[in-house]
Amino acid sequence: MNTILTAVAFLILAPVIGILVTGVDRIITARMQGRVGPPVLQPLLDIAKLFEKEKVGVWQAPAVLIFLHLAFMVVTGLIFFGGGDLLLAIFALTLSEVFLVLAAFSTRSPYAHVGAGRELIQLIAVEPVIILTAVGFYMVTGSFAASDIMSFSGLPVILLPGIFISMVCILTFKLRKSPFDLSTSHHAHQELVKGVMTEFSGSTLGMVELAHLYETVILLGIIYLFFVGNPVLGVLAVVVVYLLEMLADNSTSRVKWLPALRGAWLITLILGGGNIIALSLL
Amino acid sequence: MAYLSKSPWILHYDASSCNGCDIEILACLTPRYDVERFGIINTGNPKHADILVITGGVNEQNRSVIQNLYDQMPNPKVVVGVGICACTGGVFRECYNVAGGVGEILPVDVWVPGCAARPEQIIDGIVKALGILEQKRADMSRAEAGA
Repeated sequence: MNTILTAVAFLILAPVIGILVTGVDRIITARMQGRVGPPVLQPLLDIAKLFEKEKVGVWQAPAVLIFLHLAFMVVTGLIFFGGGDLLLAIFALTLSEVFLVLAAFSTRSPYAHVGAGRELIQLIAVEPVIILTAVGFYMVTGSFAASDIMSFSGLPVILLPGIFISMVCILTFKLRKSPFDLSTSHHAHQELVKGVMTEFSGSTLGMVELAHLYETVILLGIIYLFFVGNPVLGVLAVVVVYLLEMLADNSTSRVKWLPALRGAWLITLILGGGNIIALSLL
Repeated sequence: MAYLSKSPWILHYDASSCNGCDIEILACLTPRYDVERFGIINTGNPKHADILVITGGVNEQNRSVIQNLYDQMPNPKVVVGVGICACTGGVFRECYNVAGGVGEILPVDVWVPGCAARPEQIIDGIVKALGILEQKRADMSRAEAGA
């Protein structure tokens, strides 16, 4: 019963929180640039508008694959917030990303294809840290189940500082923020037009945006997990980490894929791997 | 609900403008005018755009390009011609390579004359276009319900 309640709460609350987070993000980003910025609910207006537009797909494949992208993102959230296996949630998250890549490859646009290739590179850069996070939580709490980790009374971050820092760095890839917005960016002014999302329009693009809201909430949930023993500190950490991501987004320019991949792996190897080795020696 | 007029995404195309109007359009995005206040975003991708903003007259080379961009935009969509060259061809009207204003090939909904059109005028033109956009959406949903 409790699980069903959590599931329903996640389905409804995650987009609401996601909209508020991205809406505030857009306002703060605008203020950092000396502008006023859009209303807080602008992400909701954008998504609602996209579902009002005409469907122009030549064939069904991209829309179906994007629906699977959204569906598996929701499944990831249900597993994670429902207290399920952390590893299973991570695999569902990866599967969701793979569906996005497949959808981009199923179109005929060279921009979408290059964007999809870069999305795969981002996946390669990000995946080790996410796996190490799960391993780290297992070593600290003795369980892969999210429910057990959530009932942990201490602060996992004290034992996992290296993994936490690598996770914050990796979040930049996942939130599609500069300097790591290689495959697509929030504004379509790069050399790839809109990267992976170039060919999606109308409700298909709306589903991508919706999936991104779920993804944002899931990732911030993982950040919260590092401070699970102290909810106030946890929420504060999530806010501070997101502000740092915004600052990085507004003060850096995009890097090429090779430095991005090398940087991500170097941080993972030294901080993440070092952290795991230190834990096993303790 | 009127979501469309609260989140209009713009595709800007420079047909054969002298760049005067283009700079004024970019000025609309700067802190002084900040059109993102109204949810207006310059997308650069026809598949995501609701409003096609064209500066400069049409020349024989880019006729097909403009038509292609317009065709790629999903309905409902509107076209705004910015600057006197987009309206009539302006000072380039008599040139051997210029076909004339944007109206030669596309159904333009709003004209914003001027050389160069001022940012205030451009924003005013976009806002006028939003009303037409809503009208087109209402027509579209009515046609869908009828069919």
